[in-house]
Amino acid sequence: MNREENTGLLKFIINELKPKGKIITPFNVISVITILVSVIILFIRFKNGLGSVVDASQERPWGLWINLNVITGVAFAGGAYVVTFMVYILGLKKYRPIVRATVLYAFLAYVFYAGALLLDLGRPWKVINPIIGNSFGISSVLFLVAWHFILYMGSLFIEFSPTITEWASLKPLRKVVVSMTLGVVILGITLSTLHQSGLGALFLMAKAKIHPLWYSEFIPILFFISSIFAGLSLVIVLESISQKAFEKNMSFVNKSTHRTIMLSLARVCTVSMFVYLSMTVLVFIHGKNYPYLNTPWGYWYLVEVIGFVLLPCVLFLFGYKLGNLKLVRTTAVITIFGIILNRLNISTIAYQWYDNSLSFPTWMEVVVSVSVIFVQIHVFRWIARRMPVYTESPSWVSREQRKELYSIQDDTLTLNNTRRKKWKVSAE
Amino acid sequence: MGIDRRNFLKALGVAGGSLAVSNSFGSTLIPKKDDKEFYGILYDSTVCVGCQGCEIICAEKNGFPFPEDEPTAGVIRKTNPQRYVAINTFNTSKGEQFMRKSCNHCDNPACASACLTKAMYKTEDGPVIWREDKCIGCRSCMVACPFDIPKFEFDNPNPKIQKCKMCYDKMQSGEKPVCVENCPVEALVFGKRRDLLEIAKSRIYTEPEKYYHEVYGEDTVGGTGLLYLASVPFEELGFRTDLGKVSYPEFNKTFLYSVPAVLILWPAFLLGLRSASDEKENKNLNEN
Repeated sequence: MNREENTGLLKFIINELKPKGKIITPFNVISVITILVSVIILFIRFKNGLGSVVDASQERPWGLWINLNVITGVAFAGGAYVVTFMVYILGLKKYRPIVRATVLYAFLAYVFYAGALLLDLGRPWKVINPIIGNSFGISSVLFLVAWHFILYMGSLFIEFSPTITEWASLKPLRKVVVSMTLGVVILGITLSTLHQSGLGALFLMAKAKIHPLWYSEFIPILFFISSIFAGLSLVIVLESISQKAFEKNMSFVNKSTHRTIMLSLARVCTVSMFVYLSMTVLVFIHGKNYPYLNTPWGYWYLVEVIGFVLLPCVLFLFGYKLGNLKLVRTTAVITIFGIILNRLNISTIAYQWYDNSLSFPTWMEVVVSVSVIFVQIHVFRWIARRMPVYTESPSWVSREQRKELYSIQDDTLTLNNTRRKKWKVSAE
Repeated sequence: MGIDRRNFLKALGVAGGSLAVSNSFGSTLIPKKDDKEFYGILYDSTVCVGCQGCEIICAEKNGFPFPEDEPTAGVIRKTNPQRYVAINTFNTSKGEQFMRKSCNHCDNPACASACLTKAMYKTEDGPVIWREDKCIGCRSCMVACPFDIPKFEFDNPNPKIQKCKMCYDKMQSGEKPVCVENCPVEALVFGKRRDLLEIAKSRIYTEPEKYYHEVYGEDTVGGTGLLYLASVPFEELGFRTDLGKVSYPEFNKTFLYSVPAVLILWPAFLLGLRSASDEKENKNLNEN
């Protein structure tokens, strides 16, 4: 890929901007229409005020954009800090092939979900206030979360930038950003620990408003632990879809290791869900919450804890032990619904639970929420089709580094195979 | 303009002019930090006749529409972006009783500690105010407030957070809040919180049959600027009595205190873990 500097790069980028792949597909048609409709809705929102499109009330001031896109969406972006922790800190090279896609997903999630936050702010033109420091509300949890969002977005961008430099053939720059990786990974994990739990801490002062079954002083810890399996479940779903969607752009290593990695992630999910479940039970006993159990709220709580935590925890274990990829994928989807349920329970459903009026988001709110996700998918696809996210790095990246990036220890593959055989034999 | 007048009065004070008129509000003008006591309002429900005078004068001062509905038992009239104070009536065990709802101006307010720009702000004099130039409209104050007081203008493209500010602008020039000034039966008393508590307790002491023996707000959520007296338990008057005595920002403290610890210890721990898992090091060890 020899080309002259500057002009060559510009031409290359213009060339890359052209769409690749089929333009008219069901997904494209639906998503583009949704996005266009939401542009109109957002125009109304900024012209007539938030109340003209969202179902937020004085009692429930946060609508779907904050509760779903920001508070729930960020939990799903947790996969990046878990995977980078495993690869860069624990040195588990096995997970190398999924690092780039996971980090890209998380980066886009933060960009677009922080964007959703801007849509929901009543006075977004003042958003610079907590950043430039003319009024630091340092006793505010949201202040911490906002700053961590910004810093973590930067960290994720640097973590992902080797891929961009490989795509644009910026050899010297690649060296610089690669050397920064470990630093930003450590920063990123630290920030994630704090803001994943910080999102839970946003509700600490709503003690009087959240049903006691969902409120405890341990909300931050529960949010943090659940972000581990929320993020990994999303990685499982994302990777499974990518195997088909980006089949042409998928390197051999990515294809051949998919199964092993997914099964291992299922195992990590089982363990972290078990920890979460134990914490939940502990909080329940500690809070002496038994009287609430035999009420409608208690049943709803049990649906969440048994149906969407205990069940997927067991299913992940079976999926891993039996080597059943389909089961693992299905369980990941159940887990994702469970996380959405949990976050919405705390932020909307069991919030102001004594107020019997149920609130439902308006269709306009839903359309905007969904189109934020659609935009994210479009950008992800655009990048994954062009940059070496799933493909191998270009030939100018030294052999050793490529080996480092994609090497897979064969013994892990065989180990899992033998274990599965053993399980099957004993089952028979 | 308010500030101008304030400065003018300050100058008067320095010049040794007669401050006797505004003596009871003297500390507003020359604040002494260690001798600071919040101002507050005492509402005596047994005196209130439910005339809505406070509602009307408040609406007039803030340019809001006058109230059209009257207090009716069984109906809760809420405060809203265009109504800072609402009078309600309740059928209680001692007959019909009025109760007032507005911002309680907590000593340690949840709304102010939830605000990431200090737009919600507890002034040194006691009122909790909202500052337009700082607010980004995130509405965390509304989530945090245990009394559901801050209201957001959902139908305004340039929305404001609306709540009672205890007429902070008037206080700065040594005047009382308009609702206190215009209460025809003196159900409202304005003063330093310490003095108001004394008044409230002496009323209970002198007429123990008449009053329910509690001053709501004395230590609810760590103490509030508005103090309430009533003849019946406060649950009967639509008040929440399950809010506890701990100030709400305390619930955040454990989390916020752990932040610097995590920020310092986590990177060190991760770096250590990383060097422990370093492949080259481990290989050398195996070869040895």
